[in-house]
Amino acid sequence: MRVALFVPCYIDQFYPQVAIASLELLEKLGCEVSVPKNQTCCGQPMANSGFAHITSGCDTNFSANFSGYDYIVGPSGSCVLHLKEHHPDAKIRASVFEICEFLVDVLKVKSLPSYFPHKIGLHQSCHGQRGLRISSMTELNEKPFSKLTYLLDLVKGCEWKYPERQDECCGFGGTFCVTEEAVSVKMGQDRIQEHQANEVEFIVGADTSCLMHMEGILKRSASNVGVKHIVEILNAHA
Amino acid sequence: MLNHAEASEKFITNQERTDWHDDTLWFVRSKRDKASKLLPEWEALREQASQIKEHMLSNLPQYLLEFEAKAQANGIQVHWAKDAHEHNEIVYSIIQKHGDKALVKSKSMLTEECHLNAYLEQKGIDVVDTDLGERIVQFRKEVPSHIVLPAIHLKKEDVGETFHQHLGTPKGNKDPQFLTEAARIHLREKFLGAKVAITGVNFAVAETGEFVVCTNEGNADMGAHLSDVHIACMGIEKIIPKRQDLGVFLRLLARSATGQLITTYSSHFAKPRAGQEMHIVLVDNGRSRQLARDEFRNSLKCIRCAACFNTCPVYRRSGGHSYHQPVAGPIGSILAPNFDKKANVDLPFASTLCGSCSNVCPVKINIHEQLWFWRQDLMKEGLAPAGKVLGMKLMAWMMSNPSVFRLAGGIGRKVMSWFPFLVNNGMNPWFKQREMPAPPKQSFQEWYKSNRS
Ligand code: SF4
Repeated sequence: MRVALFVPCYIDQFYPQVAIASLELLEKLGCEVSVPKNQTCCGQPMANSGFAHITSGCDTNFSANFSGYDYIVGPSGSCVLHLKEHHPDAKIRASVFEICEFLVDVLKVKSLPSYFPHKIGLHQSCHGQRGLRISSMTELNEKPFSKLTYLLDLVKGCEWKYPERQDECCGFGGTFCVTEEAVSVKMGQDRIQEHQANEVEFIVGADTSCLMHMEGILKRSASNVGVKHIVEILNAHA
Repeated sequence: MLNHAEASEKFITNQERTDWHDDTLWFVRSKRDKASKLLPEWEALREQASQIKEHMLSNLPQYLLEFEAKAQANGIQVHWAKDAHEHNEIVYSIIQKHGDKALVKSKSMLTEECHLNAYLEQKGIDVVDTDLGERIVQFRKEVPSHIVLPAIHLKKEDVGETFHQHLGTPKGNKDPQFLTEAARIHLREKFLGAKVAITGVNFAVAETGEFVVCTNEGNADMGAHLSDVHIACMGIEKIIPKRQDLGVFLRLLARSATGQLITTYSSHFAKPRAGQEMHIVLVDNGRSRQLARDEFRNSLKCIRCAACFNTCPVYRRSGGHSYHQPVAGPIGSILAPNFDKKANVDLPFASTLCGSCSNVCPVKINIHEQLWFWRQDLMKEGLAPAGKVLGMKLMAWMMSNPSVFRLAGGIGRKVMSWFPFLVNNGMNPWFKQREMPAPPKQSFQEWYKSNRS
């Protein structure tokens, strides 16, 4: 199985540990992983700002880097959703996966050698949850399920908690986080408050952009709650 | 006028009130969740409602004509208005014919959209809104901030003060029961004095020529039954093909709106009673234009339940007035650009595209996708500020050129300042209440090069 690791631009630049954990985890699970070296950005930040009409260069660069693999896997629900919905090449759209859904749906992971003896708060990023359907949604009358908690339950020592409002948005929203700064920060503060009420050590999610936003707020208030991408936990060992 | 971001920032300054607003509406959403989960067929009902509306929109002219013919046969006078101005003129001409100077009006978002109150007041007509929440905001010379709960931006202290000023209730009295009683006495007088009553329309049945008005306060009924002239104003998209379709919509409407099983009053008006005149004004006001836009046509399925307001994390923390439109919230943000793109260019951006609105919508409007489509439409039309266009182009160029991206990334993670949400150096709004991520020593690609190849 030839897997290409898609590392969104801001993860490459600011959260290399998330990409490293993704790479190691996929290798541990028996994938032959390539990292196309001229990859940059999926085009989502521009498209969500209303500029999908100028992202063809991004699309072309993405195709040049990622054609010919069985699967394209990335640790970001929103970037993957963007590609699935808007990339012009149908083959790319069909083969791109968010890493947790890839683990559950394609690799059908039944156990993990992971160990993470901490209490964490789970943040469901909207694009992964509502867009990719990584978990059920509280608005719908449907049977509860979650690919994230399924995986976390395989990690020894890890205790996870939902915040009181299980799947409310954290307020990142791409350019929204600066164009609507006041609401964005207020939404983030409210999410954090509910996690803090649960006395968690880390806020954990499958989308680094949401975590970057909440981390920014946590650090400003000198909180001792940290953030981690879920792959860092799935890849953690004793 | 403040744009959405500016108005929200002002709203949020009062943290305590913002939290109260957020919690109150979240409570309404929770009630909606409970009610919807009691029906195993809930998702199927939503799908059916969406399909019925789909069918209606595809056959709108035919159903409108059928409705007109049936309504006329029932003795109702039917009027057609192509826009808000025509609507207002028609309503005024009916009032004028009867020589009245005052009328009572129950909730109708359409008349808000057409700014009927202001128009009639200019002509010297005293319009009394009889929905309690609407009466409160009318006293305060405000507009509704929510389509189901018009005064939800106000606390009971505010209402007490308003009633003290306008109804002479004792200063400082904020007891909801007492204040409601005061409003009841005040409104009863108005009901008894008015010869003309205006109501909205929730559903108009093509098959029978009847229309249905849903309220919890019974104020539409009180107005209509006591008046000599009943004028019902409706947007042309309120048509449903058959009476039996109400079995779908009435079950969805109240559960979605407030978590009630059904609205307290779902009143059917089929024909005028002896001696009464009944009018229906069918209003287009941009609806056919929206119907012709493929991406946005199904925004016309909306039954105005406000579930999308209550679930919207942005609406709950910014208040209805920040949308500067009669219909606020997520649905307002996809309807408003149809009226005026330039004036409403901020609204499709007043969202994180979290998608919760589309999930609660009882007629399954893909609201968050339409927000995305409007963003594309508005930016393509050149309605973006110059700085934003430049930033986007710069980013698109950099991201299409891996070597530029790497170079920019190399120098102290400079690439960060090129990001659209982190552009605007110096005065960067990110930094106001948040720290920047700490730049790591190596990017992932640099790590990969030195460790794996
Ligand atoms: S868009 Fe849907 S959820 Fe929002 S008010 Fe209309 S019907 Fe209700």
